[in-house]
Amino acid sequence: MRLLTHNMLSCNIKGVSKGFPLGIEVAKLETKTVEFNPQFLRHSFPKIEWKAFQEAAKTLGVNDLPEQVEPSMLDDDDFLRRFHHALLEIHLEEGDLVCPETGRKFPVAKGIPNMLLNEDEV
Amino acid sequence: MKLKQLESELGHLVQFQSPKIELEQYPTGAHIASRMMYMAESNFGDICGKSIADLGCGCGTLGVAASLLGASYVIGFDQDLAALDTAQENCRDLEIDMDFVQCDVKSLGLTRISVDTVVMNPPFGTRRKGADMEFLSVALKIARTAIYSLHKSSTRQHVKRAALQDLGAKTAEVLFELRFDLKSLYKFHKKQELDIAVDLWRFTV
Ligand SMILES: C[S@@+](CC[C@H](N)C(=O)[O-])C[C@H]1O[C@@H](n2cnc3c(N)ncnc32)[C@H](O)[C@@H]1O
Repeated sequence: MRLLTHNMLSCNIKGVSKGFPLGIEVAKLETKTVEFNPQFLRHSFPKIEWKAFQEAAKTLGVNDLPEQVEPSMLDDDDFLRRFHHALLEIHLEEGDLVCPETGRKFPVAKGIPNMLLNEDEV
Repeated sequence: MKLKQLESELGHLVQFQSPKIELEQYPTGAHIASRMMYMAESNFGDICGKSIADLGCGCGTLGVAASLLGASYVIGFDQDLAALDTAQENCRDLEIDMDFVQCDVKSLGLTRISVDTVVMNPPFGTRRKGADMEFLSVALKIARTAIYSLHKSSTRQHVKRAALQDLGAKTAEVLFELRFDLKSLYKFHKKQELDIAVDLWRFTV
């Protein structure tokens, strides 16, 4: 699971009002190279919750993303490459996603988060 | 990638090892899947450079096809971990990066999930009535541009009306009709359901 996916997942347990962003507990990470595609990054940027993304990246050991962003940065090659790496090249292989409200953990095993809810949670 | 080559790659994918009947687990055959996905790209430009979600991805057929056609990001959702494990192995063999999430597709309507294009072969609802329409309802919430989906031809009028009137689709169009052969997969299926007519739909939002 990569950070673009993390940026879209939330805890949807019944009654939870603030299930986003999920915390991350890292047990194992993997990095795989993906072809750099500035156009896709510009296209994806408006949909990204930047604060959640930047903090999640820090949890995965990526500290070179700015806290504040503005659309003009999308013309800066250096920024785009850092954005690309954090968004698409780092995989959380083992660990947990944690609901910010309830602390409920969603385990990630072999790169696949298990977001299934129990009967009493829906 | 050429259509022939796409079909051949999809034909080599490992599919459901022990299909779970209640989840309507059968793969989209390579012939149909390759044409469906090829058309989405060559006629409409909905795949290459786009973000794609495969709802009920099973062993990954449609999502893998999207990756092979140049999608920039593909995420597959399925309830069944065994299928997802197989899907991941298929990706590893082809050196494809696809993300997977184990979840109930019905729960995705409430999330921030948002992609350009949704592709799916939903459960036709032969086990649980209305399952395909639940998938379609979710797909229309998370797609920003288009949805490609398969539905039984016998439900054509219903699908069109529900999509346009209840689920907020802007357009709903049958691209072609095909036959889905479930014979070899569900040996005990009622006879008349073995070979069914299915529509490939394109919905826009
Ligand atoms: C007809 S199969 C299609 C598989 C694959 N997309 C393909 O085209 O080869 C339907 C898939 O939907 C999954 N499924 C059924 N109901 C589901 C639900 N409520 N949530 C998530 N996945 C579901 C099944 O496990 C199965 O893999």
